[in-house]
Amino acid sequence: MKTFSYLVPKTLDEAVSLFESHSDRVMYVAGGTDVMVKTKQGKIAPDYLISLKHLSDLDKVKMNPDTNELIIGALATHRTLETSTLIRRQFPIIHDAVQHIGSTQIRNVATIGGNIVNAVPSADGAIPLIALDGVAKMYGPNGERTVDLIHFFEGPGQTVLEAGEILTEIIIPSQSSHTGGAYQKVGRRAAMELPLIGVGIVLTLEPDSAVCQKARICLGVAAPTPLRTLSAERFLTGKVLNEDILIEAGNIAAEESRVRDSIRGQAWYRREMVSVFVRRMGLKCLKRIEETN
Amino acid sequence: MSTEIKFNLNGNDIQVTVKDHWTLLYLLREVMGLTGTKEGCGSGECGACTVIVDGQAVNSCLYLAVELNGRCLITIEGLAGPDGTLHTLQQKFVEHGGIQCGFCSPGMIMSSKALLDENPTPTLDDIKHALAGNLCRCTGYTQIFESIQAAIDTGTEDVEVVAWKNET
Repeated sequence: MKTFSYLVPKTLDEAVSLFESHSDRVMYVAGGTDVMVKTKQGKIAPDYLISLKHLSDLDKVKMNPDTNELIIGALATHRTLETSTLIRRQFPIIHDAVQHIGSTQIRNVATIGGNIVNAVPSADGAIPLIALDGVAKMYGPNGERTVDLIHFFEGPGQTVLEAGEILTEIIIPSQSSHTGGAYQKVGRRAAMELPLIGVGIVLTLEPDSAVCQKARICLGVAAPTPLRTLSAERFLTGKVLNEDILIEAGNIAAEESRVRDSIRGQAWYRREMVSVFVRRMGLKCLKRIEETN
Repeated sequence: MSTEIKFNLNGNDIQVTVKDHWTLLYLLREVMGLTGTKEGCGSGECGACTVIVDGQAVNSCLYLAVELNGRCLITIEGLAGPDGTLHTLQQKFVEHGGIQCGFCSPGMIMSSKALLDENPTPTLDDIKHALAGNLCRCTGYTQIFESIQAAIDTGTEDVEVVAWKNET
């Protein structure tokens, strides 16, 4: 395998300045499960890898008690999210997604930030976070900035991150009561599989009624980047939710999706699955709202 | 670039100089001669190279050796007792046909051990979830699941970590 030097900064500033002083063939690496595979395959050939693993505090998942925001450090592993009681109880949609990413061995090392930054159309880590209106926080040579996670992606493998910038946190805003979310990866098997399609939904109902106050429908693999199906969201807003309405929303979302044929599946099948799983995840959201209220 | 790292291997504190680009698998097999850990795919798909770092199962083919610094590593060599007595999991794999060609077995057993250390009474679904990253082309998995369930039933999940002798 190609040789490289492995640099281990302790702070964000140190990481950024290391990046700037080695600006050629330098890469950030977190868990390394993608970087190592690509390096072994010769797809990338970095001279320097800057490890983000030892930056303090960026691997934590916690609630901000003042704002009720959920702060997910970009260096948190999928396993940290999978086994977090906070996530399981209050954000089951995230648990739905992370528990089936890769294998236990991969989830123990791979980070949510790495999953997002890779911006692979089939990566399903980001979908629930977008459905939850997540915000990406970044730090780089020009300081700190934030962008709504839905606008973080520019194309397959492309994000708004500029040279030297590091994704540091995903911030999930405080959720209203009577909110429920659910995610399903659709594939030929549950484990060690990239999705044919991923469907993440978050619904907020008005207290004491089934009227939809807010809807988020986010699809993975339905376009070059994660896609929110805005017409289907608008269709649901203000309606009394039941299975018939969700079937119709599924059909609208399927129309809005920009699925295509690929080695893993064909467009027509993906479109069908969007409509099926928008309905199923919508029903699951309603069930979860009922269970928690 | 080379770095000197210190870590605990199967109960022994050791110190070794590694190149930055070495994987943990390379360090184990090619440098230390610990060939119990296998290389299957080399890309994190098959789990044959699974070892336990700080209590967590990881693919040693994707894990940089330098990242071991300060950590605690258990490999398949660390499971049997000093006199060769097999660990309960190993014994049950033998008794229940969980081993056929044997190539996936070290990885299977390390993944199983990581699971049982964390959850001593897993359900069959828990076992399947924990082993999803370990491929076996011989058994069809049923015997492997039975082996693990048999190990749970014995209720003796203490790991006797054998001392690995640092010859150098």
